[in-house]
Order: sequence, then structure tokens, then C-alpha cells
Amino acid sequence: MSERPLTENLKADGSPLSFAEYEAAGGYEAAAKALASLTPDEALKTVQDSGLRGRGGAGFPTGAKWSLAPRGERAVKPTYLVANADEMEPGTFKDRLLLEGNPHQIIEGMLLAGYAIGATAAYIFLRVEYTRAAARVRQALAEAYARGWLGANIRGSGYSLDIHLHTSAGRYMCGEETGLINSLQGRRATPRAKPPFPVVSGLFGKPTVVQNAETLANLPPILRRGADWYKSLSSSADAGTKIYGVSGRVKKPGLWELPMGATIREILEDRAGGMQDGRKLRGLLPGGASTDFLTPEHLDTPMDFNSIQRAGSRLGTGTMIVLDDGACPVGMVLNLTRFFARESCGWCTPCREGLPYLAQILQAIESGAGEPDDLAVLEEHTRLLGPGMTFCALAPGAVEPLQSALKYFREDFERHINEKRCPWSNG
Amino acid sequence: MLTPDEIREIEAAIHSYEHRAAGCLEALKIAQAHRRWVSDETVRDVAALLGMGPAEVESVATFYSLIFRQPVGRHVILVCDSVSCWLLGYERLFAHLDRRLGLKPGQTTADGEFTLLPTACLGACDRAPALMIDDELYGNLDEAKLDALLDACRQKDRA
Repeated sequence: MSERPLTENLKADGSPLSFAEYEAAGGYEAAAKALASLTPDEALKTVQDSGLRGRGGAGFPTGAKWSLAPRGERAVKPTYLVANADEMEPGTFKDRLLLEGNPHQIIEGMLLAGYAIGATAAYIFLRVEYTRAAARVRQALAEAYARGWLGANIRGSGYSLDIHLHTSAGRYMCGEETGLINSLQGRRATPRAKPPFPVVSGLFGKPTVVQNAETLANLPPILRRGADWYKSLSSSADAGTKIYGVSGRVKKPGLWELPMGATIREILEDRAGGMQDGRKLRGLLPGGASTDFLTPEHLDTPMDFNSIQRAGSRLGTGTMIVLDDGACPVGMVLNLTRFFARESCGWCTPCREGLPYLAQILQAIESGAGEPDDLAVLEEHTRLLGPGMTFCALAPGAVEPLQSALKYFREDFERHINEKRCPWSNG
Repeated sequence: MLTPDEIREIEAAIHSYEHRAAGCLEALKIAQAHRRWVSDETVRDVAALLGMGPAEVESVATFYSLIFRQPVGRHVILVCDSVSCWLLGYERLFAHLDRRLGLKPGQTTADGEFTLLPTACLGACDRAPALMIDDELYGNLDEAKLDALLDACRQKDRA
């Protein structure tokens, strides 16, 4: 069994680790070590050397992001740290596991990140539907304050950090870094222009580092055991482990922490038990709703950032959604497109107008009213809503499943149009 | 008028932010927790308390899915209609709610018991199809389990 630094301490009954249980498992050792014997720059260097990349979807190198935060006497203060726990990417349920099972590891991760970047105030931005996680995070924060791991002059180190729990009110756009920052300021979660990047001017115009919850949970093991150990966990170009997930009609949907670069086959067949009886695999979205389809020919692709990109998709959140042969590919893409149309914040025109238009065309095709020209219109719009055409990454992500479905499931689209009905419907 | 309790809770919550207007969403959520929904009057009251314009507060209140600008029932049912639940047949849940309660998405039952809203992925994809009733999440649902949940709500209200 390989090492599982994110999940090895999780309890089988799903209850959260108490402070005492987390401490007994080596919790807060990394924080003690960093505060006593590492300068912030040394802590930062360890994270840079570890090769950790963000686990929220974009995969930006964590240490590189931190190194852009202003330092020194003349820097604008305070620097803010935000944990992005607004897990709303459809098909994604990995952060819930960590938030509910071991909130102290995320809090310790925030303490380490905060120390490295010089943050004195931090927020955990949690989606409001995660009510169980909210109660457990609140309890863990109270324990951390009571034991002197948060607040002023932590353990006599001279470093101070306050962490506030902020629960959202439901909107996918809050997962986008600058949308999240606007939301934290009590505004609509519309995106901001970049530059300036949040690390220079973010929350309340102050330097702000936003990290996904899973990314933060990686920090205590990295600081405790070192960059070389962390890199040795993986056999791929990307360091460490990853929480992978599978949903859809498989035998055992769930989550597993595996070395970064485990293959799709290993996750889907060995861990998730393969497809339900009588169902065949047609395709899968490897990392949430806003990633391109892959197909059975990609089963031996390692689930790391570069390999999945070479296969034509994105690792995203690493939680795959499986399309079986009993479900209509057009119907699935329609469901995805409707979601993105509904969640578009309306800030920029292509996204606000384009996504509902796509949903309308897909609805027509699905209900048997599609026209032969529709496929060309859909294809054109995957470009018109692609990277560089919109204000943020929502629309480019939204058209990823569509553009790949038009490639891999073209016959299914054509059958809908030619037969004037959905071949999967009973009507 | 916001009650003294609401004002006290809002003032305590907005301490976590650099300026009062940043607590706008918190304030709306607190008022909603007391009143079940946010009326025009509440929008104006929150605006006055935080030193904002009513239109500014309204722009926030109408942006977020779980701030209710219309009255809702005693129990709000949020059925996930995202992709993993679609693959596992969420449509059965909507069909059953329509059959049993005559309830379609966006509607409230005539007796004011239930409001049904479709919702974005609840992050329970390994337990699809899933829904929330009030603050509780339920997964691996079928018609029988949904019936049991609805009955439990009715019993709780009668008690």
C-alpha cells in the first residue's frame, strides 16, 4: 500500500479527527517545525521544491504563486489567504472528504501557507450546502484557537494568524478566484480583470493568495517530511498524491488517494470496480464537468496534468464522470450546458448569450427537432466561447465537453437529427 | 424592521470583514434564517444597517441561488440536477414529487409545507441521486426513501 498523506488518518466511520487525534497522528508537527526553525522564505522554498501544483483544477504551481506575493516593509498589508472550499464543479466531491474528515489538516495547511506568504488574516470560503463540513470546521477552528495554533503570537513565534469561516450562498462563479474575492467582499461573484492578479491586489485591494482546500491539505506532510519525500510519492512528472474520484454507473463510486499519475484504468476498474453489470463505458470527463471527454482508448493514460492534456483534456479536479452506453451523449452534454448557462454570471456577453443559445440548440436536437446545420453552429460556438473570447474561464470550460462530444459521439448527434428523436428515449 | 436579535447577529458576523458592506451576504443570510425569505423591506433594512444603497443590496440578493426573494415553504427541497445525478436518474425524483405533491421545480405546495428547487451539484456524486431538505443531505435516493423523508418532515411539523 502506498503512502496516503491526505487520507491515511481519516476514520472509517467518517467522523472527524479531534484535535487530540490529529496531534497524535503527527498533526501540527509541521507547523511547530516551521515556526521554530524555518524562515518564511525557507518554508516557501520547500513548497517550491516539492513541485506541488494546485488541486482546484488549473494546476498552477503553488510555490510559484506564493513567490509573487509582495514582501518586506513596504508591502501593502495585510496579505490575505483564502481557502477555496466552494466545491461546486459538477461531479466533484473530493474537498468534502477532507473538510468533513480532517479539518485540522486544512487549518494547519493554512497556517503554513499563511506563514510563508506573511498573511495575518485568512478565510475559509465554504459552500453553504456543506453544512456538516461547516460545523466540523467551526469546531476545529475553536480547538486550534484554544491550543494556541491560531490567533496572536502563535506559540510564542511572533507570527499571528486569524482564520474566519465564510459560508457562501450558492453560485458556481464563487469557485473562480476573482469571483470568489468579490463574493467575500459582499458583492456579486462576477470576475475581475487580470492583471492585477489577486496575489498583488485581491481581497479589499490587498495581496491575496487563494488555494484549493486539497492543495492546503498537502502542506503539512510536505513541510514535515520534505520536498524529496513528497516527490518520491509519485512516479509521474507531477509530485505527490491526488484524491481521485469516480461517479456515474460504475460498481463502486467513490474517492481514493493514489500516487499522482495513476492510470484511468486503475482508478476506474481497480478502485471503482468497473462498469455496472450490463453497462459499457462510452466516455468519461476526467476532472469534472468542464473537461473534454476521453474514451475507452485513453484508459491507460496516467491521470497527471501533462498526460491528460496530451490526451486532449484536462486533469481538472481529478474526479471523473463516466458516461455509459445506457445514457444519451447528447442528453449528457445538454445537462452540462444547461448547468453552465444557468451559472453564467452574465458579466460578459458571449457567455451570457452564447451558453443559453447552445442549450437551446442541444434541447432541439435531443427532442428530435434538430437541423442538419446545427452541428456546424455548435462547432462554431465552441470556438466563439473558447479561450480568449470571454472574461473568465467559465465559458471555455463549458464548451470543452461539447467540443469533444462532437468529435467522439458525432454519430449519436447525427442519429438524433436524422431519426428526429432521441434513440435512448422510450417515446 | 430587523429585530434586535437579527441586528446583534449581523453586527457580530460583519466583524470578520474589512468594511461593513462586505457583510452584506452574511446579513441577508441571517435575516433569511429568521424569516425564511428576504422581502423588499428586509433589503431596505439591511441596506440601511450597512450603509449601502437598496439597489446594491438587491443586486447581491438576486445573484445568489440560496437567498430567497420570494416566500418559501417550511421545508425547502433542493434536488441536484447536475450531471452525475442526471446519469443516475434524478428525473425520477422530480417525477415523484410532482406525482405525490403536485410540486414542480420553483413551486411551493398550497399548504406551505414544501418548496422544490433544482440545485447545482451537491458534491455527493458517489451517492447520486442526491438532494437536500433544509440543512440535511440525503443520497442514493429512490421513490420509497424520498417518501420516508417527506413523511418525516410532516411528522416533525405536527409535533
